[in-house]
Amino acid sequence: MPRIRRELYSKEICSCSIFGAMNQGGERFNAAGVMRAIANMHVRGNGLGGGFAAYGIYPHYSDYYAFHLMFTGKSMQDRLEAKAELEELLCHKFDVVYDEEIPHEDESTMIDPPLIWRYFLLPHKRGEEEALSDEEYIVSKIMQVNTKIENAYVFSSGKNMGCFKGVGYPEEIGQYFMLDRLYQAYTWTVHGRFPTNTQAWWGGAHPFSLLDTSIVHNGEISSYGTNRWYLEMYGYACTLQTDTEVIAYAADLLMRRQRLPIDIVAKILAPPIWNAIDRMNQSERKLLTTLRMVYGPLLMNGPFAIIIGQTGRMIGLTDRIRLRPLTAARRGDMFYLSSEEASIRLISPELDRVWTPNGGEPVVGELNNMRTVLQ
Amino acid sequence: MARAEEVNGSGSLDDAPASPREVEIDAADQDTRALNDRLRELLLSGVEKVVIRNVCGQRYIGTRLYTPQHLKMDIEIFGTPGNDLAAFLFGHKITVHGNAQDGVGNTMDAGEVVVHGRSGDVLGFSMRGGEIYVRDGCGYRTALHMKEYEDKRPVLVIGGTAQDFLGEYMAGGIVVLLDLEERGHQANFIGTGMHGGVIYLRGAVDGSQLGSQVGCSPVDPSDRKVLDHYITRFLERLPEVGLSREEIINSPFLRLTPKSKRPYSTLYTY
Repeated sequence: MPRIRRELYSKEICSCSIFGAMNQGGERFNAAGVMRAIANMHVRGNGLGGGFAAYGIYPHYSDYYAFHLMFTGKSMQDRLEAKAELEELLCHKFDVVYDEEIPHEDESTMIDPPLIWRYFLLPHKRGEEEALSDEEYIVSKIMQVNTKIENAYVFSSGKNMGCFKGVGYPEEIGQYFMLDRLYQAYTWTVHGRFPTNTQAWWGGAHPFSLLDTSIVHNGEISSYGTNRWYLEMYGYACTLQTDTEVIAYAADLLMRRQRLPIDIVAKILAPPIWNAIDRMNQSERKLLTTLRMVYGPLLMNGPFAIIIGQTGRMIGLTDRIRLRPLTAARRGDMFYLSSEEASIRLISPELDRVWTPNGGEPVVGELNNMRTVLQ
Repeated sequence: MARAEEVNGSGSLDDAPASPREVEIDAADQDTRALNDRLRELLLSGVEKVVIRNVCGQRYIGTRLYTPQHLKMDIEIFGTPGNDLAAFLFGHKITVHGNAQDGVGNTMDAGEVVVHGRSGDVLGFSMRGGEIYVRDGCGYRTALHMKEYEDKRPVLVIGGTAQDFLGEYMAGGIVVLLDLEERGHQANFIGTGMHGGVIYLRGAVDGSQLGSQVGCSPVDPSDRKVLDHYITRFLERLPEVGLSREEIINSPFLRLTPKSKRPYSTLYTY
C-alpha cells in the first residue's frame, strides 16, 4: 500500500491560555512581558477573545471606583444613546470625578470594537440606600446597568485596577489598548481564546470581574445553570452570556460579602471527592461535609483552571482532579501562573521554583506589604 | 526559516559527508510547524544529530520523524519544549536540558527521552514502547493508559515522584518512581483502573492512596533485577543526581500490579 500524504492542518490546536504575573514587592511594570508570554501560547487561542486585568494602574485615582464601560450596538448612534442613558444614571447615583474614552489604537485594526469609556466615581447614596455599604451599592448599580440599559455593560469596577478585553488575540487586544506603553501594574492576568459555548463578542471575553475581583478561566463550567440559579438568589444577574461569569460572582459572594478565606473558598468551588472526605479526621470531615451541604450549588463542576486577581493578591486554582493545566513559578518577588511553563521562561529564564499545583488546592501570591498599594 | 550551521566538520576531506552529520538550529521565534518541518528536512538529508537552542513552547518535537527506511536522529534540546514532546516518537533519542511540559512521550513508539529537569502532566500517556528518564518529578496522570504488546514494553523512570492518578487505566509497561529526595509519595488514586503493567515505588505508600484495582507487594529478586537494570541506565543518563546505584537500589521498593486484567468486567458485561 503506498502511503498517501495527508494534508497537515496548520491550525489544529485549541484550548484557552491563561497567564498571570505578580510582583509581590509591589513594584509596577508594563504589559510588554505578559503580552509576549501570552503570545507564546498563540496556538491555544483562536483570535475570538483576549483580555487583561491590571492591578495598581490608577494610583492617582486610587480612592475612586474605576468603571470601564462598553457601549455596543450596531451603529455609533446606538452606542451614543446607550452612553447618554448610562451617564444619566451615573449623574443621579454617583459623583463622577473624571471620565474619558479609554485610549486605543486605530479601530480599523479590530473586529467591530465597541465604544469603551472609563469613569472614576464615588457612590452618591440617597434615602434608604444610605444604609448600604459602598460595595453593595456599587454591585446593585452594576447589575442595574447590565440588565436594564441596552447596549451598556460595566466590565470593570474596582479601585486602582482595570480590565481590558475584546475580540481578537490577547496580544492584539494588548496592542489595541496600548497596555505595554500606558499602564504600570503590580499584577497582570491575561486570557486567550473565547468564551466557552457562546458567540464571540467584546463583553464575553475574559477577564470577568466585579469590584476588584477578576477571573480568567480555561475550561468549562458544566454546573453553570445550578450556579447561576443560586447566585441569582443573592442578586447577581448573569448577563454576559458565558459560564465564567458565575465564578466572578461566586468569588465576590464568598470572599467579599461572606469574608471566607481562600482555603475555604477553594473547598467550596472545588471540594474533595466524597471518598477523600471519608478518609479525613473527624473535624476536617465535619467541615468538608458541612461546606458541601451549605454551598453545594456553588460547586463548580467540569474542568477548570482559573486565575483570580484581587487587590494585593493573585490566586491560581484548578478543579479537584486537575483537568486543565496550570504551572506555578517563583523568581525573587515575582510570582507566575501559566497554562504552560515555556511562557514563564520566555520572560524569566531563571526561576527559583516551578511546580504543578495540586487539583483543588489554591496557590496564592500576596503583596509583602499591602500598604504599598493602598496608600 | 531555520538557521542551520555546521558545527562538526570532523573527518578528513576524503571521507567528508555530503551534508553535515551534526546541525545546530536556533528555534527562537520559530513556530511549531516550521521547527518540525526543519527537523524532518534534516532527517531526510541524512543528519544524525540536531542541537536545538532557544526552544520555547514549540510542540510535537520529534513527532513527524517516521521514514520508511527507519532513519534515526539524536535531538538535543536547550530550553523548554512544548506539549507532546516525542509524541509517536519512532526510535529517535531526545535529550532535554531543562523542564518539559505536558504530554511527553504521548503514544511514543520507540526510542529514548531524557529530561534533565521535571515534566508536567500526562507524561507517557498511551506510551507503547521506548524509554523515558526524568531526573525530577512529574505532574498528574503519569503513564495514563500506558500499554505493552509482545516485545514492545515501555519504560518510564522518574527520579522524583508523581502526583495523582499515576498509572490510571495502565495496561502495560514499567514505571519506576525513585523519590530520590525522599519527600514521600503523596499521590492519590494511584493505578485507578489499572489492568496491566507494573509500578515500582521506592519508599512507602498507604493503601488508601491506591485504586481499588491495585495490589501491593514487596519486590522479589526478579523485580530487583529489572530495577537494577533501569536504575543503572537512569544514572548513566543523569549522573548529576549524584547518587550511586547501591544507595538507590538498597532501599525498600514496593511493587504495584493490577489484581485483575479486566477490572470492569462486572460493570460492562452481564
